[in-house]
Amino acid sequence: MNALKTLLGVVLVMLASFAQAQDRPTIEIDVTGGNIQPVKVAVPQFVAETSGAQRLSGDIAAVVQSDLVSTGLFQEIPGTAFIAGVTNFNAQPVFSDWAVVNAEALVTGAVSTSGDGRLVVKFRLFDVDAQLPIGDGVQYSGTQASWRRMAHKVADTIYSRITGESGYFDSRIVFVSETGPKNDRRKRLAVMDYDGANLQYLTDDNSIVLAPRFAPNTRDIIYTSYESGLPQVFLLNMETGRRSQLLENTTNMATAPRFSPDGSKVVMSIIDGSNTDIYQVDLNTRQRTRLTNSGGIDTTPSYSPDGTQIVFASDRGGSQQLYIMSASGGEARRISAGGGSYGTPVWSPRGDMIAFTKIKGGRFHIGVMRTDGSRENLLTASFIDEAPTWSPNGRVLMFFRETPGANGAPQLYSVDLTGRNLRRIDTPSFASDPDWSGVLR
Amino acid sequence: MGLRKTGLALAAVLALGACQNGGIFGGGRGGTDQTPGSGAIEESSLEYFNTTIGDTVLFPVNEATLTPEAKAILDKQVAWLNQYPDRTIVIEGHADEQGTREYNLALGARRAAAVRNYMVAAGLLETRLSIISYGKERPIALCSTEACWSKNRRAVTVVAGGLGNV
Repeated sequence: MNALKTLLGVVLVMLASFAQAQDRPTIEIDVTGGNIQPVKVAVPQFVAETSGAQRLSGDIAAVVQSDLVSTGLFQEIPGTAFIAGVTNFNAQPVFSDWAVVNAEALVTGAVSTSGDGRLVVKFRLFDVDAQLPIGDGVQYSGTQASWRRMAHKVADTIYSRITGESGYFDSRIVFVSETGPKNDRRKRLAVMDYDGANLQYLTDDNSIVLAPRFAPNTRDIIYTSYESGLPQVFLLNMETGRRSQLLENTTNMATAPRFSPDGSKVVMSIIDGSNTDIYQVDLNTRQRTRLTNSGGIDTTPSYSPDGTQIVFASDRGGSQQLYIMSASGGEARRISAGGGSYGTPVWSPRGDMIAFTKIKGGRFHIGVMRTDGSRENLLTASFIDEAPTWSPNGRVLMFFRETPGANGAPQLYSVDLTGRNLRRIDTPSFASDPDWSGVLR
Repeated sequence: MGLRKTGLALAAVLALGACQNGGIFGGGRGGTDQTPGSGAIEESSLEYFNTTIGDTVLFPVNEATLTPEAKAILDKQVAWLNQYPDRTIVIEGHADEQGTREYNLALGARRAAAVRNYMVAAGLLETRLSIISYGKERPIALCSTEACWSKNRRAVTVVAGGLGNV
């Protein structure tokens, strides 16, 4: 797992600006707005300041552009339309060259390599119309192997300056990779960058695996596997490959684990025959505490970002609905109020929303609601849309969509919180159960 | 019953070609017919249990209630198991694809537990049976209509142990 280690250690330096940066850019996007006009952005090839940086200077610009365009908030100006490139990172851009191709924002950059394998990436962001920089230039340094991470950091900074939201491109997805026919689907855990790059498999496909979840440290994951016979919860350190079963000596089935926001505990379901209840497990002592006692199916618990509350799905009242209780258990209040049944609730990283799967009239939806159950908004609809996960900034949801029929299979999709910009995430085989990490450090 | 033991026993059953059983990996692969040419199925055989008695009971949508038809099959299963007391069983609970994965895992367990509870009430020793749920992970019928879903809402009794008697 060396590739994961090399992802660490991207260093950020603010560059001195050669022109007065704008405090308040004239280019702004309100990501919550009803009618978004994408910002036209030009990302010409970065300047290669050393001969070894030639290939990466184009690749990095391409990843920056891909990140920005994937949000639906930016519109690409194709390189073929450019009438000039950028050859000197330190010279003032010729804004008229970019105004004539209708660019509103311009990203310039430079890449240099050193003999010891280090890579330095610099960029500046400009408002073409105002002919002014937006914010200071920024420099990142890291290993050459981490070039995509540095490109994502550049794009995160640009996204953040124009939308006012924190970025999410420098993040990873852990998911279930699937192959084979529907009645003998082979499943294995995989991890990749948020955009599908740098995919690595974490397990073989000998046992069914379900619903991997990142620890806050983005190094450990927790998931359900049938490898010991019954479904059980396992911990995996992705750096060392070390794996352990969370609860030893149990004959009950266990599923649906998630870490607490501080990473010290896991909340999960233990299935005791017809009764499924939610338990909290302390990771140091492996001591378990029972949090629900309803006699029904209580499952898919998810902590609030402050760790004080848990949202979960339960059929205690008949149909499956969403409930919130204290993180120490006790009385739960139902929050879902619409018709149909609700599952897989996930608390948003901002704390104000719950994403969920809703099943109504034979259709599956990914939806969101406030934590009090109000303002339910269904973002998608299909045969099966299931298991949402939040982007680190709480603005995008990823989930899996499964097609019907004997050849039906799942693939990963993302959609904005507003329901716009539905996109399929490219994976080498079928994919399901995504979990989005926080922004990497 | 310990997990490890169950796993070994299951593997042995699968190795014997219990494709008709509809067990873990049943349904998808064509098996060879193990029946001798005479045509009569030996009453002590897995094939007799799986096909003549029936190893599978079906459930209504989102329910774990045993129907009269299911109970009739389970009564015969219990009678057979009483006749061959060295056999142990694993009851697999399954769900159709009309629910989320985690919920269906719990629903499959509820169905397997309903079968277990019925058999224990009928006098079968609890130590002879264990349960597992596959949720919607292992459908036996593949279309996405009620014709298939009704077959996938099932509990399958997988017989292990007493292999020398097969």
